[in-house]
Amino acid sequence: MRLTTFQKALWAAAGLVCLAYGTWVLVADPATPPRAEAAFRPVFSLSDAEGRIRTEADFAGKHLLVFFGFTSCPDVCPTTLSEVAQVMDDLGSDADKVQPIFISVDPVRDRRLGLAAYTSAFHPAILGLAGDEVQTRAAAESFHIYFERQDDPAAPDGYTMSHSPALYLIGPDGDWLRQFAYGTPASDILNDLRSRL
Amino acid sequence: MRTPILAALLSLVGLPAMACETFTIGNLMIEHAWSRATIGAERPGVLYVEITNTGSADDALVGIATPVAEMPMLHETVVTDGVASMPHAMSVPVPAGQTVALAPGGYHGMLMGLTTTLKEGEGFPVTLTFRDAGEVTVPVEVLSMQAEGPDCEHAGQ
Ligand SMILES: [Cu+2]
Repeated sequence: MRLTTFQKALWAAAGLVCLAYGTWVLVADPATPPRAEAAFRPVFSLSDAEGRIRTEADFAGKHLLVFFGFTSCPDVCPTTLSEVAQVMDDLGSDADKVQPIFISVDPVRDRRLGLAAYTSAFHPAILGLAGDEVQTRAAAESFHIYFERQDDPAAPDGYTMSHSPALYLIGPDGDWLRQFAYGTPASDILNDLRSRL
Repeated sequence: MRTPILAALLSLVGLPAMACETFTIGNLMIEHAWSRATIGAERPGVLYVEITNTGSADDALVGIATPVAEMPMLHETVVTDGVASMPHAMSVPVPAGQTVALAPGGYHGMLMGLTTTLKEGEGFPVTLTFRDAGEVTVPVEVLSMQAEGPDCEHAGQ
């Protein structure tokens, strides 16, 4: 691809914008989950839409597909939730061995806007959880994931969220098994799950 | 639906499979303009579209406007070291001879301040402003919340 000077300037400008945001986002050093570490067992204690506290212990014996996001996220979150919905449909009779969970990183606003209506629009099996500030932080740390509120005067309520967009697979005994990077096709997730069920 | 004018606008472009129509302005071809349905109007909507520059001069998408959003903006989803954020994009380059896609996980129109719920099967107009080619208004098809893009049959076109 040959770039004209103007294109280069445009890309440079775009790059600078990304860089500025990237630097902002990177300051807090998002931790990468350790690979193949059996002792790593994420825990959480968060409210569901009815206000009941749910923990990882409630789902012992099932595989968990866990995604952190927020419902005012029109681009990244619907893509991943749609893939999860596709996986759940394609699992057929094995679907009851897998619990998909959406953990809000924007819990106060998501409770106000309605978490269950959002998750069920993708798939009725997806469980939406929204804790308080402390519980949400604790869950994210336990999964070794990163999220941050970013002030943005143009955004609704004056802020948006940056967050780890990957999908996390937890085994039936609570072990962290792997993550699926953002954009992993549903068929790849399905094949991986089928090999484990 | 807040106003009769908006309702009329929406019904005007409320034709099936409009995301599969092609629109042109100068050397630019606009295709596959689509959005996802929303629950209510409190959360932002999204706009995706493909632009092909058949000319020999570069252009750039510099702005979007639509009656369904008070604050539409160009955004780019950037995943840096495992963290996704959505910085504003000042413009989206449309280089000569290339196709640029506003698509899930990349550039998108962020429709903030929705004036109406975006309902699956309906449509709304969006005006794209290009640096050189100028403005063009195209219909946007609202697909389901789970949609990954319009299903267009391009064979024979
Ligand atoms: Cu955005």
